[in-house]
Amino acid sequence: MSEATPSPENAPAEKPALLLAEFDSAAALVAAARSVREAGYSRFDAHSPFPIHGIDAAMGLRSALLPWLVFFAGVVGLVVALGVQLWMNAVDYPLNISGKPLFSLPANVPITYELIVLLAGGTAFLGIFLFGRLPELAHPLFVSDRFRRVTDDGFFLSIEAADERFDEKATSALLRRLGAREVETVFEPAAGRAIPVAFFWVGILAAVLALLPPLWIARVRATRSHNPRVQLIFDMHLQPTYRPQGASPLFADGRAARPPIPGTVARGQLYEDDHYYRGLADGGFAERFPREVTMETMRRGEERFRIYCSACHGLDGQGEGMTLVRAQARGEWIPLLPLSAEPIAAQPVGELFNTITHGIRTMPAYGNQIPVEDRWAIVAHLRALQYSRRAPLEEVPPEDRPRLR
Amino acid sequence: MSTTGIRPEDTMSDDPRRRAPLVTGSPTFSTVTEVICRVAEAPKTPLAWYVAMVVSGAFAGLFLVLTGHLLVTGVGVWGNNAPVYWAFDITNFVFWVGIGHAGTLISAVLFILRQKWRTSINRLAEAMTVFAVMVAGLFPAIHIGRVWVVYWLLPYPNQMGIWPNFRSPLLWDVVAVTGYATVSALFWYVGMIPDLATLRDRARHRIRRLVLGAAALGWRGSARQWQHYEKAYLLLAAVATPLVVSVHSVVSFDFAVSIIPGWHTTIFPVYFVAGAIFSGLAMVITLLIPARAFLGLEDLVTIRHFDNINKVILATSLMVGYAYGIEVFSAWYGGGHYEQFAFLNRAYGPYWWAFWTMVVCNVAVPQLFWLRVFRTQVWLMLPVVLLVNVGMWFERFVIIVTSLSRDYLPSAWRPFTPTWVDFGMLLGSFGVFFFLFLLFLRFLPIVAMAEMKTILPGSDGHGEVGQAKHE
Repeated sequence: MSEATPSPENAPAEKPALLLAEFDSAAALVAAARSVREAGYSRFDAHSPFPIHGIDAAMGLRSALLPWLVFFAGVVGLVVALGVQLWMNAVDYPLNISGKPLFSLPANVPITYELIVLLAGGTAFLGIFLFGRLPELAHPLFVSDRFRRVTDDGFFLSIEAADERFDEKATSALLRRLGAREVETVFEPAAGRAIPVAFFWVGILAAVLALLPPLWIARVRATRSHNPRVQLIFDMHLQPTYRPQGASPLFADGRAARPPIPGTVARGQLYEDDHYYRGLADGGFAERFPREVTMETMRRGEERFRIYCSACHGLDGQGEGMTLVRAQARGEWIPLLPLSAEPIAAQPVGELFNTITHGIRTMPAYGNQIPVEDRWAIVAHLRALQYSRRAPLEEVPPEDRPRLR
Repeated sequence: MSTTGIRPEDTMSDDPRRRAPLVTGSPTFSTVTEVICRVAEAPKTPLAWYVAMVVSGAFAGLFLVLTGHLLVTGVGVWGNNAPVYWAFDITNFVFWVGIGHAGTLISAVLFILRQKWRTSINRLAEAMTVFAVMVAGLFPAIHIGRVWVVYWLLPYPNQMGIWPNFRSPLLWDVVAVTGYATVSALFWYVGMIPDLATLRDRARHRIRRLVLGAAALGWRGSARQWQHYEKAYLLLAAVATPLVVSVHSVVSFDFAVSIIPGWHTTIFPVYFVAGAIFSGLAMVITLLIPARAFLGLEDLVTIRHFDNINKVILATSLMVGYAYGIEVFSAWYGGGHYEQFAFLNRAYGPYWWAFWTMVVCNVAVPQLFWLRVFRTQVWLMLPVVLLVNVGMWFERFVIIVTSLSRDYLPSAWRPFTPTWVDFGMLLGSFGVFFFLFLLFLRFLPIVAMAEMKTILPGSDGHGEVGQAKHE
């Protein structure tokens, strides 16, 4: 790669790199190559515009390892492809597709086949670089003007000065004897022919800079952060909407979430019936149940009572539930009044309903957990529990009375 | 070599006692170099090239603009609907991938079979392959909608801990086409290394010399380099050969592995490969005719080349016609009502015109190649191969659209109507392809010079030593 080629005449002091001889034909080149090898030279090469059949044998070149490497790459492709498919689809994340086998050779053949071809092809490609010693952008031969015809119609033989048998005069004479049309001494390229050092520094800098983004991504992925993820592409999961409890400068109160207009009633939430929803009637707590109490209601009430109330009040309502027993053992809660005690038994049903809904003292509100109808059922069960404790003897059927003693 | 040279008629000789010459005129090593390098080095670019460049560039620009429109607006700009989820996009994809196969057939299979006539046209056919696969790859990439997450197809560790489904034909397709594109590009570049060195050694301008010098990697044509080069090239050809069969087979799995009537057939892989080579060779002829005339390659690309390729086109046309017949026969003989309806619907349903265009262009018209005059006269073969290109596009359209628009439940049927964007992107894809191809014709070695020289007299290393050069 040069415009000014130093010829042997004006650079006699330089060190010879090799002798370059031009031959007339491919056949002459093959013959000369054979003779040069037989003369004991080893560091020589033949150059031609196209591959010449038989020159490998004439030069004594041994066949390369490349086919084995390509075969090996194919085997690697086979193993890697099968391994990847087995591990990814059957082991690491078993991907069930309509109950078909997680790993089935027929379905895994196409990927395997393609990876074998890809790795084998890539290896054959790299083989040219590896075995052919490419790229080699700077070489003494490129200094010779005559050598440019090697890619057109020239046939050349080069013998390196580094060869033990090399002697500029004797080797030159040998080449002429073999029928060389021209013999030229090619000198080591003058200084400055190499690639400028700046190229290397620019290359190293570019390589380092190219490493930064993946390193940054790796670091971000491996560390915790309170900031939201960096999103290169805003898909639907990141929208310009206000978060719950977020602030907004648009409103005087600074709240993004707007309270409903006073008096707003949501669908299905117009709780008009005071007796049913709040246990109120005639300006006080209702004395009567709002709906008819059936056996169905009683059973439901017993079941709900056991679920929600018995943990503290006990199954019989006497205040010996597991939670309360334990709390009292630790001296934390005051004893519970039995539900059949006078102050409670005297309360109208509306008040009992109200207590379940809103809670009282330590007892929390159950209005949010127990539907209205179930709360009334529990009240009904409660009334039954109270009655079982307070009923006069004459109200017990005569045949059951002996069991009470 | 005699002074009169080889006449064009000589190459057509079928005399079994001696091989017909592969080139005409009086080519020598240096005239081959000269003829081919002249194209890439011409100080004055021909006007025709500029005209072709402007036209194809305009369509390539249209493609870019419409792709932008699609990405910004969404795939709704196409006529695709439910149930016709695939339409022009996948039709174009299969069409262009198929085109590529002929290039690989010429460059790899014919190389393995030592068909030396391939030397004149393999570079051009490989370029066609590389560009056709590039164009093909654009369509599946943009039809997924959110193209910016196309990397989800790759098996990379992600925060969901999930991997791609390797048993899906769609993933096979991605792997097959990317692998094919990679190997084709490597093969193309490896073949060009010695020819890039030729251009480097002839270059006068310093920048040109630097660029070509870097591309040629410092090639010196040394026997040691040639030894490894030839071996690697042979191995690449051996590796590329199965791709001729596998890639379009995998493309056909996209359809055959599904259960849509008209798609779910075992003949698809074979049928698709035959169709791919058929359409690709038609495209090779389409490209060769103007390239040969405008670039002065008449001596290197002879009538015999056209004759040979046209014979293969005829053979593959018969295979494709046979496949059409077998599909209909299987539907009738198999007794599946849905399958039978699918084929009746193709021939007599709303897309009857597409079906009969396909049959006429792919089966009837190529029969003209039984006549020698159609195989050897450029102006007679050109309409035939153009119709084959049309017919093969319609084949894919028929397979995809007729099957999807009317499958099992009539309540789910819906016709497909292409929009102007569909047509624009079809034309635009040709623009992109020809734009790239014209750049190749102008700036790269369009014929494998080093290989070409090996089939000239005087290339044999075993001749008599004293014989005159180029004798």
